Amino acid sequence: MAGAVVPAIRIQREDFDVAAEIAGLTGGRTDIGAVVTFSGLCRDEQGALSALELEHYPGMAEAEIGRIAAEAVERWPLQGLSVIHRHGKIRPGENIVLVVAASAHRQAAFEAANFLMDYLKSRAPFWKKEHLADGSEGGWVEAKEADDQAADRWKKPGQ
Amino acid sequence: MSTKLIYFAWVRERIGKPEEDVELPAGIETVGDLLRWLRSRGEEYENALQYPDVIRVAINQEHVGHREKIAGAREIALFPPMTGG
Repeated sequence: MAGAVVPAIRIQREDFDVAAEIAGLTGGRTDIGAVVTFSGLCRDEQGALSALELEHYPGMAEAEIGRIAAEAVERWPLQGLSVIHRHGKIRPGENIVLVVAASAHRQAAFEAANFLMDYLKSRAPFWKKEHLADGSEGGWVEAKEADDQAADRWKKPGQ
Repeated sequence: MSTKLIYFAWVRERIGKPEEDVELPAGIETVGDLLRWLRSRGEEYENALQYPDVIRVAINQEHVGHREKIAGAREIALFPPMTGG
């Protein structure tokens, strides 16, 4: 039995390759029965958007995602966990975020990936600014109440 | 002792700078006190922090509530609700 899983966390400007990230977690192993990946992409809002600019808090972004990932590892029996979050200017169709959760069985992998994304949305220090297709600056994306509620459903009693 | 304040997103834009070092006057004990004091520093601060309830705060790169004590903080960040993911 391997020791506790150490989540791999990367905050980067560059794009990532989803297939390569999955292979990186599962390559050479025979104990993983389930891999769930979530990729978040930039959408163009029916043609209105030309790009999203993602600002982040260097240092805290890594630390906060590390704290969220550590909680996921504690709550679910995971055999691998990778989280990548991009920053900078991202165009429609490009990747923004990736979560890969690997486990012996699917339920833990599904739930851990879901938990990671809900917490990332409301606690990871990133902010999106819209650039509009007509060349103007669209302003900062507003946080959604629904995202806070999505994170709240993972709270344990008394938390 | 000076404290480093860091601003992000529209808080940064409205205050007009990404960070600054400040000497906190006596009596500023909590995050809430800090926000009230900053608002008194000028129009740009008032504009950024006029609805203090929506401002999120991190001390030494960890989220805190507005009642948190700020004694010993090296770095305090102020920002809007996060919209990553």
